[in-house]
Amino acid sequence: MRLRVFVSCDAGAVAVGADEVAVMLERAAAQRGAAIEIIRTGSRGLYWLEPMVEVATEHGRVAFGPVTEADVASVLEAMLADGPHALRLGLAEEIPWLKRQTRLSFARCGVVDPRSLGDYRTHDGYKGLERALTLTSDAIIADVTASGLRGRGGAGFPTGIKWKTVAQTSADRKYIVCNADEGDSGTFADRMIMEGDPFVVIEGMTIAGVAVGATRGYIYIRSEYPHAVEAMNAAIVEARRGGYLGAQIGGSAHSFDLEVRVGAGAYVCGEETSLLESLEGRRGIVRAKPPLPAHKGLFGRPTVINNVLSFAAIPFILAGGAKAYADFGMGRSRGTMPIQLAGNVKHGGLFEVAFGVTLGELVDDIGGGTLTGRPVRAVQVGGPLGAYFPRALFDTPFDYEAFAARDGLIGHGGIVVFDDSVDMSKQARFAMEFCAVESCGKCTPCRIGSTRGTETIDKIRAGERVTENIAVIEDLCNTMKFGSLCALGGFTPYPVMSALKHFREDFGPAPTHLQAAE
Amino acid sequence: MTVYEPWNATRGTEIIAEHAHLEGATLVILHALQQAFGYVPEPAIPMIASALNLSRAEVHGVFTFYHDFRHKPAGRHVLKLCRAEACQAAGGDALTARAEAKLGIAIGHTTPDERVTLEPIYCLGLCATAPSAMLDGRVVGRLDEARIDALVAEAQR
Repeated sequence: MRLRVFVSCDAGAVAVGADEVAVMLERAAAQRGAAIEIIRTGSRGLYWLEPMVEVATEHGRVAFGPVTEADVASVLEAMLADGPHALRLGLAEEIPWLKRQTRLSFARCGVVDPRSLGDYRTHDGYKGLERALTLTSDAIIADVTASGLRGRGGAGFPTGIKWKTVAQTSADRKYIVCNADEGDSGTFADRMIMEGDPFVVIEGMTIAGVAVGATRGYIYIRSEYPHAVEAMNAAIVEARRGGYLGAQIGGSAHSFDLEVRVGAGAYVCGEETSLLESLEGRRGIVRAKPPLPAHKGLFGRPTVINNVLSFAAIPFILAGGAKAYADFGMGRSRGTMPIQLAGNVKHGGLFEVAFGVTLGELVDDIGGGTLTGRPVRAVQVGGPLGAYFPRALFDTPFDYEAFAARDGLIGHGGIVVFDDSVDMSKQARFAMEFCAVESCGKCTPCRIGSTRGTETIDKIRAGERVTENIAVIEDLCNTMKFGSLCALGGFTPYPVMSALKHFREDFGPAPTHLQAAE
Repeated sequence: MTVYEPWNATRGTEIIAEHAHLEGATLVILHALQQAFGYVPEPAIPMIASALNLSRAEVHGVFTFYHDFRHKPAGRHVLKLCRAEACQAAGGDALTARAEAKLGIAIGHTTPDERVTLEPIYCLGLCATAPSAMLDGRVVGRLDEARIDALVAEAQR
């Protein structure tokens, strides 16, 4: 009997040795004369268990992990004999960390071969597009609106409204742009889905094209993600070959085609108008809004620009799942969010779950606390522009409005965990410094404020007129927050101010002017 | 290590012509030139400008805006260390200092023998297996002192 074995080809798994494990497995099987087929999938997102190896059995796929090269021979024996092994995790889908999730967008990630259109279709792929092709533009957009989907890039703007605006704007050409410039530290969901299930992104973009009457799309992927670029390009070729991209997609009257464009290391290009400038071949300088990209976007044409995760949510919604999607979540945050646990965390990875789970559950329970075993002191939620939250705020539910009410943001859903060795004034300084390096330079609060901010935090760290300089930082942060053109300058105050507010003790001694004379 | 062609204007013209028809081709062309030559040679800038009907200043502006594009060839090996928050939380700063000490250069520089260029990178998206690095396009996660030493040694070879 031929053994069917699954090993991830996700960059996160490859970075910890998945390629070597796959090669060793092949070799060990050959030496033993065992017939083996190795299928490279995406990652299930349980990164502390990577490289994870799964074997198909009559009961389902049994997982082993984390498998090192030294374990390969014994793991192979256990797979052949269906026997015990120290690394045996049982049925992959029964692993509690995975079973607790609600995988709608990531249903196929880690399961299917990302290069296989056939695999995608067998696992419910293209059902959303097939249904969309039978609907009117209005009906497709009504589904997206009914699902309650909001932009997963961080801004949380209702996707249905964005699409409707583009659909109602007439032009000779319209564009669909996928923002895959996932620059936030602590986030990797876009990378994972592009590497593990690229067709879902293509399908989501194609549905958007059909809905708004666009025939051309671009996926702008950051250059730091070469594996994702390769996977998306391969999937686009496959989709074209299968008749799902190009003229008359899926046998319909609609045409839609896609191209990958690669960024060049500018963080600000994750901001939508910078990204459009960059796609047009220019410096990634932010555009003032209005006009909105929905009216005048790429090359001045009406453009739907959405994050990877927004597009990845669409196929489920259009396959008759709009109401089911909306039934998940809390308040105005509907559906699921692929949350990413990162940094100094014991169980790091991708956890897709309905909105409403608390920060404490995510960090302590699901994440298992820190990897170092020291107490969790702070978490940064939402990337370099997100606030640092102390344990006292761990009751905050994962919800756009709940985070905003506590001067934070959920951003792209990344959570970076820090233990008690963190120096929060250093983190605040880093936020300002990062903004200074990455500022596009168009608006003054961001361009100059970030440099002055770095210098002022340096003075505070050196103990120089601490109280006065903290007042300067507070004032500067206000100017940046309200005076910047985009989220880079506008949100850099979040990590800085939250560090100051919640971790004041890291910024030198507090004022002592009310102390009585001795 | 990657082997690049030496700069050659004819080859440069070919590469530019191959992509000039694309919408918004500037970045695509800069990437293609760097992939061929290892950097974007100065003489290519006016050539791109003329092919795309742009001013030389516009192309120079694009070239200098993005961190990725090199003005001169890098060392034989490029070691990129992630310096962003998730890797900081997992002890990345100390490992960067260690790599700097071993190579005798500050991050952002190339060793005098031009063997190794040490660069910061702001997020490889390997944040659940932090700290992470990339050596000549190969990703490495869960870095510790032994792994960073091995990477540095490999880069020095």
